[in-house]
Amino acid sequence: MSFRIGVVTFPGSLDDRDAARAVEIAGATAVPLFHASDDLKEVEAVVLPGGFSYGDYLRCGAIARFAPIMNSIVTAAEHGFPVLGICNGFQVLCESHLLPGALTRNQGLHFLCRDQKLKIENTETMWTNGFTQGQEIVIPLKNGEGSFQCDDETLEMLESEGRVIARYVDFDPNGSRNLIAGISNERGNVVGLMPHPEHAIESLTGPSEDGLIFFKSILHQMVGR
Amino acid sequence: MALIVVEVMLKPEILDPQGQAVASALPRLGFNFAKSVRQGKRFEIEVEGTPTAEQLAQVEDAAHKLLSNPVIETYVVKVEG
Repeated sequence: MSFRIGVVTFPGSLDDRDAARAVEIAGATAVPLFHASDDLKEVEAVVLPGGFSYGDYLRCGAIARFAPIMNSIVTAAEHGFPVLGICNGFQVLCESHLLPGALTRNQGLHFLCRDQKLKIENTETMWTNGFTQGQEIVIPLKNGEGSFQCDDETLEMLESEGRVIARYVDFDPNGSRNLIAGISNERGNVVGLMPHPEHAIESLTGPSEDGLIFFKSILHQMVGR
Repeated sequence: MALIVVEVMLKPEILDPQGQAVASALPRLGFNFAKSVRQGKRFEIEVEGTPTAEQLAQVEDAAHKLLSNPVIETYVVKVEG
């Protein structure tokens, strides 16, 4: 049976279809999951897609955190279940306290939409093991609130434990501390990334095919394919 | 009827680009009083009668769990009206 990866749709999710497509192209079966149900449908990993869940009301991800599906995901993730949060999904993971820190308004206040160069800094996580250490990739970055912020103590912890998985290269597009584009939890099963790998899986529509490696990494990790 | 107010502000060490944008817009209108501006949120919660200690404790809990993100924000709860 094919490896099953769930993709959650919240009210206001935008990139759930692209994420599901990326999952399929990587060789897994994409299983649609709905915010209002707590049923994980026997998936073996979950992607929280980009978008504007609940209209970004209150704070990005703040209301999605309390959706029934998130209760199941948070409990499972605490026991090692793989979760990748992209953009709004990253914000939801921070609001759920599965990842430290918070994403705040871009320093320049503008919504950004650009092909962004990143450097992969940690190839040990479930979602990044297909990269080589220090590999530079180009995937789209599109967000209004993507500035990664945390206190000094948390920053020191993330850096010393190697939990920064990707950094912006050349310049800081949104004011993120230490150029942080993505981080992982301690076990490496939960990864949050502000740029969008699911939009860089085919050269026809994306700036590269680099994004596919995130989805292939989890397959490799879980089933050795 | 009383109003329980929750005010949420970004912590001082967290960058507030919206506040900065407001601060730089003020002088363009001839307002030169501001050394800096920080922007926050205000929640007005209506309750019947005088708020009880239990209600206030629940609002505190809600402010901590939902209305603010303690990673980047602080809040105060107060009663008005």
